[in-house]
This record gives sequence, C-alpha cells and structure tokens, in this order.
Amino acid sequence: MGLRRGAAEGSSPVTLRDSYGLFIGGSFAPGSAVFKTVSPATEEVLAEVTHGTTEDVDRAVAAARQAYERVWSLLPGRERARYLLRIARLLRDRAPELAVIESLDSGKPIRQTRDVDLPLVTAHFFYHAGWADKLAHAGFGGTAAALPNPAPPNPAPPRPLGVVGQVIGWSSPLLMLAWKVAPALACGNTVVLKPAESTPLTALAFAEICAEAGLPPGVVNIVTGDGQTGQLVAGHPGIDKVAFTGSPEVGKEIAKSAALWGKRFTLELGGTSANIVCADADIEAAAQGIVEGVFIRQGHACCASSRVFVAEEVHDDLVGAVRRRMAALRSGDPLDEATDIGAVNSRGQLDKITELARSAESDGAVRWSAPHEPPDRGFWFPPTMFGVVSQEQRIAREELCWPVLTVSSFAAPDEVVDRTNSTRYGLSAGVWARQDTLSAWLAARLRAGVVWVNSFGGLDPAVPFGGFQESGFGREGGRHGLEAYLDLPGAWTPDV
Amino acid sequence: MSEASPPDFQPADLQLPGLQPPGLPPSGGERAQGGAAARTAGVPRTTYRLYIGGAFARAASGRTFAVHGADGAFLASAALAADRDARDAVVAARGAFPGWSRASGYERGQALYRVAEVMAAYRGAFAAQLRLAGGGSAEAATAEVDAAVDRWNWYAGWADKITQVRATVNPVAGPFGTVSLPEPVGVTAVLAPPESALLGLVSVLAPVIVSGNTAVLVASERYPVPAVAFAEALAAAELPAGVVNVLTGEVAEISPWLAAHQDVNAIDLAGAPGPLADDLAVAAAGNLKRVVRFPATDWTAEPGLERMFATLETKTIWHPLGR
Repeated sequence: MGLRRGAAEGSSPVTLRDSYGLFIGGSFAPGSAVFKTVSPATEEVLAEVTHGTTEDVDRAVAAARQAYERVWSLLPGRERARYLLRIARLLRDRAPELAVIESLDSGKPIRQTRDVDLPLVTAHFFYHAGWADKLAHAGFGGTAAALPNPAPPNPAPPRPLGVVGQVIGWSSPLLMLAWKVAPALACGNTVVLKPAESTPLTALAFAEICAEAGLPPGVVNIVTGDGQTGQLVAGHPGIDKVAFTGSPEVGKEIAKSAALWGKRFTLELGGTSANIVCADADIEAAAQGIVEGVFIRQGHACCASSRVFVAEEVHDDLVGAVRRRMAALRSGDPLDEATDIGAVNSRGQLDKITELARSAESDGAVRWSAPHEPPDRGFWFPPTMFGVVSQEQRIAREELCWPVLTVSSFAAPDEVVDRTNSTRYGLSAGVWARQDTLSAWLAARLRAGVVWVNSFGGLDPAVPFGGFQESGFGREGGRHGLEAYLDLPGAWTPDV
Repeated sequence: MSEASPPDFQPADLQLPGLQPPGLPPSGGERAQGGAAARTAGVPRTTYRLYIGGAFARAASGRTFAVHGADGAFLASAALAADRDARDAVVAARGAFPGWSRASGYERGQALYRVAEVMAAYRGAFAAQLRLAGGGSAEAATAEVDAAVDRWNWYAGWADKITQVRATVNPVAGPFGTVSLPEPVGVTAVLAPPESALLGLVSVLAPVIVSGNTAVLVASERYPVPAVAFAEALAAAELPAGVVNVLTGEVAEISPWLAAHQDVNAIDLAGAPGPLADDLAVAAAGNLKRVVRFPATDWTAEPGLERMFATLETKTIWHPLGR
C-alpha cells in the first residue's frame, strides 16, 4: 500500500499507489522507465510514475484509434452523454480526495483546488455531457443552408476529428484535463493525454474513474512522462489533432509541425494579462480583485504575469491597497485551510522566477515582496510586485508562471489601450471603472480573448476561454469550444 | 437503451424515505424493502393526491374519482381537482418563479439531472405503474421509462445551453452594444398528452421548466397515477417546491380556469382535444398568453428546440460603447 495522507480538516484521506503504470486501452500497464513525482511543498516523493516511451505512445495511439473506429465514433450522442454523466457523477463523489491529491502534487492551496478547481472539473463534464447529444443544434451544421426549406428540425450532427493528442500544463492539472477531455469525448473523439511531468497524479486518478465508469477501453489513454513524451504525443503521425496547453515556444513548434503534417491544433499558451484601473474605479474592490485574481485564484490565468496599469491620480492609493492585501496573504502548507499561497510547482519554475526577478531588479524595477519566511524544504517564492517598469523590460514582456505584478501608471484611456495592446500576447484583461461607458469602451478596444469588467479570473464551462494572437489558437469552453473537436471545414484546415 | 445507468445513482443521496406512500407500490421497484413487501403489489391503499407547492394534498373540494387499469378493473382513487386547486397551483408556481428563473442554468441543470437519477433508480416501479395503467408488455413499459429518463436528461443538458443557441449579439449602426437574450415567460400551464402516460408527460414538461419557467401540469385523465408517481420522483429529488405542480382530474373542468387565469403566462394545449383546445386558446387571449400548440407529436422521436423556444421571451439590451 502506498502513501496515506491525512488532509485538511473535513477532507477525506487519500490513498496513493507506490507506482503507476500507463493507462492504455482501459487498464494500467507498467512501462520501461520510471520517474518520481514530489510534493513541491516538502520535496517528499509521492509516487513513482512511468516515463512514456516511443513504443508506449504508439500503443496508446493505436488503442485510441481502435476505440474510435470500433466503438466511440459509432455510438449515438446519447450513449456518449451517458458515459460523460457517469464520469461527472464519479468526479463529484470523489472531489474531496482529488482536491487533496491535486494540492499534494501541485502545491496549490486546498481552498483553491477544493473550492474552485474541482467544482469546475465536475461542471465541465456535466456541461459537455449535455452537448454530446445536441451537436446538431450547436450551430456548426454547415449543411442547413443547402437543405430544402423548411430545413428538417434535426440536421445530422457534425463529425468528430478522430484521435486527439492532448498535452497539458501544471498550473491547474485536473481542470485542464477536464476542459480538454470532456469536449473531445462529447464530440466523439478519442484521446491520448499527457499530463505535466510535475503533476501527473490527478490525471492517473482520472484514469481510474474512466475505468470505474465503464468507459470503453481506449477512449481515454493517459501517458505520463516529460516534455519528450509530450513531443511524441503531439508529433505522432497517428493522431488527427493536437490540443496543447503550455509555453508559447512549444506552441509554435506544434503549429509548425501541424502545418507540415496537415493536422488540426488548438493552443492555450498564456502570455501576459493586464488589469486596467481607471481614475473613477472602486480602488478597494480593484485591489481585492487583482490580489485574488492574480495571487490567490491563479486559475488558468496563472500562466500570465499580470501587468497593472493604473490612472496616475490613483496610483499611490492602489499600490497601498494592493500591498496591504499582499502582506496579509498566508504562504505555507498547501493542505492547510488557512493557506492563501502554496508552493511553486517545481524547482525548475522556482529557478526561472528567481532569475527573472533578479534581472528585473538590475534593470531598475522597484521590487516589493510580501514578508515571507519560507520553510527549509520545498520550493517557495513570496508574492511580489515590481513598480514603475518600462515596457521594454523582460519582466513586463515575458511569460512568468508565478504570481508577480508589475505596476505602472497612465494618463489617458487611449494611452493605456496602446500600452496594453503592445505585446504579442492577448490572453485576458481586467477593466476597473465605475463609469460603464468607459469600461465598455475599453473592453471593445483591448486585444484579449477574455475581458473581465470589475472582476478578474471568472471561469465557467459555458464560456469560451482562450487568447488572441500568441496567447493561443482556438477557444476552449462554451459552444465555441466544440469547434475545436469537430471536423468542420474552415480557413484553418490545412490544405494537404 | 435498456440500461438505466444504476451506477449513476447513489441511494444514500436520497433525502426522502422512499416513493411508496402515497405514490408507488413496491413491486418491481429496485429499492423494494422487506417491510413494504407485505403490501400486495399494485393495490395501493391511499388515494392519490395532488402535488402543489411541494406538498401532496387532497382536492380542496375533497372529491376523488375512480381510476381504472388497462383491464378495466378498479385501480385506485385520485384527487379530482377543480378551480380552487388550479388557483392554488398557480400561486405556488408564481411563488417558485423568482428563485427558479434566477438560478443559474447550471443549477437548474443539476436539479433536473437529479430528477432523472431518481427516475432511473425507480425504473421498475415506474414500469409497473405504466403496465397497470396502460397494459402492454413489461418490455414496452420499461422501454418507455428508459426513454422518459433519456428525454429528461436531454432537456436537462439544455439548461446551461439554450441561451447559447437562442441569444444574439446584434451589430447595430452606431456606438452601441446590443444583445438579445432569452428569458422564461413565467408560469406555464401544461396539459399533458392523454395517450403517453410518462414519455409524453416529460416531453411537454421538461422543455417548459428547463429555461426557468414554473409549471402547473394537468395530468392525463386516463393515466393520472404515473403522473402522481412522477411527482413523487420530483419530491424525492428535492426539486424546489412549486416549480412543478401536478393536478389530476378532468381536463375539461380544470383547464378553462388555467386558460383564463390572469397570472398564467403561457399554456401548452398538448392534452386538450381539438374543440376544447380552440376554446382554451380563445380564453388564453384574455391576457395574451403564449399558446403552445403543436401538431400531433410522435413522442418517441427526438425533439427539436421548438418546445423550449415556445415559452421564451426575448429581451434586447442596448448599452452605449462611447466614452
């Protein structure tokens, strides 16, 4: 029996196995190489996980292909809906345990995993279960115009793509899995998923749930490993589409290879996000929203270093209000109910953040970090704000996967629009203003996939999420998100 | 088709002790208990009651009527609703409307999925009721229950999606953002189709409540017992009180009160024979009720969106985008 851990008050204890194989064709099988996944808060080894090799990925893709051709693509939508509902209910039942595993493996605070991530995970499966038998009504019929008038009430649903390779990141591991796997299965595709190297455990627990739900073997396959395994999945000739969450650099490589091989792809790449605080904004609400959205919730927008632009007449008020709140944040044990900020996900991330923060300071940015006494072990970095940075500094432009704010002031709305839009990224933006014509004016001009007005970081399975330009490609969630998993004619179909 | 997904159902979740009193006989029920088994299958001892505001009640007049099974034998007594019961049901539906219509689509979806879980769990009991009422084979009765569960689930999934296929963002010639959003019309009277005791009932009820309307359902005159059993499932699933109210009795006696009621916003005439339907449509014009009147429907066929659209208003909001 593996590691048993008590958890935060009110949570159930979890049982982890000593080692996990790969979930291929409906069952776990050992592989040839293993690696260890650790708790970033204690560096304690949680379990041994299999490193997927070329042969393993071949087997997973073959299992997915067979399941697609013999079972899954032949099932009526209603039958797929039943399986997805069953998975949704099992996730709901096991949510407390999954939240603990997620916090152990990723370093995210239990309040975040239990109260935000897991409810969203369950909701994604319920939401997409509902689409599985309604795809004909999703607006992607494509044939309705050519049909005799009146068109039949229920046109044939659009077709799935086939086998989908999904490679996901570490910031919200199970949530990212949910918003990739649920729509893929609802639309009739089968999946080979590679979770992040540092956070494989909830994906493996999800594999157990698939088995428990009686999902036909091969419909979902989970192959763990590092970036190399991810490349094997994304670049496999046997898959029809790649869905990737991660860095812009890797995203571009996937786009190139997809162009060469004639594959579909969708990308969620993060990048930078902006919070714009106007002169008439409710400053306390804005400070609260920024601190919650950037430091605490760190939902999907986690992978977006947050730039705050504040009207110059309220700059000092806002910085003061943000600092007060940052100083009150509690860093520590991710399983402690009282923790606001958990551990940095991995040593590699910690090294990257530390290096970038040093470079920012030597570039002349004024650093302010919340008081923080890190434990002896584990990976920690305090919530940090950099003041008065120029747009040329790396800290303002590069993706930073840990909550760091940069703050600068602006004089006029036109100026802040130009400055916000002056990056290659465009994931999300927050607009804080009491005058709603101003917030609407700003929202209309910002080049960002999501604009939150007087709030920050809201997510819902019914709402499309994704970035402009180099922050992403395609959308996930909502009716729009189905498009990524259906065989639709479109401008971005590679012509090969 | 034949599988009613028992793994989805967690008996421990059930908050109410069971469906037996006063709705379902225990025979065939997957949760039939030893103590209840002493009762003779199919011969309930209580009078079936109305379901108003989340509670089971006798008719205000105290009247009942005899329900006969497919073989002509006496089956049960059921409450005979009249004007006062119809008015009480409208009041209950109106009271539930603010909460139900303002709940998020996701919350409504969860509440409706829960109803399907309970129906699936009591699959055998529902099938037994359908057979007693309408005859036919056990297979056919079970198939109807399964189809009703599927239909209910299908509509439940629309709770957080109907806006996405019905709403529009309208490009206007000026510095304005405009959106047109669906909203529920309000309290809807639903006359259940006479011939399809369970599948027909859910096929007309689910599209009304999924978008946030509340309903006064008039059960099929011939098959009131499956409708009351369905009400028991709603109660066991803890659907908020008043969202669905179920009246049994004579359609021709109850429905004119609903059609003329000034606080009813829409009426579905699926259960009214032609001449009565004409009269009800005329009465409904008194406050311009939305009248839902579709041609004869094959309840086993997959529905379209039309029944949901029929009880939705459209609200357009203009907002300036200027600075």
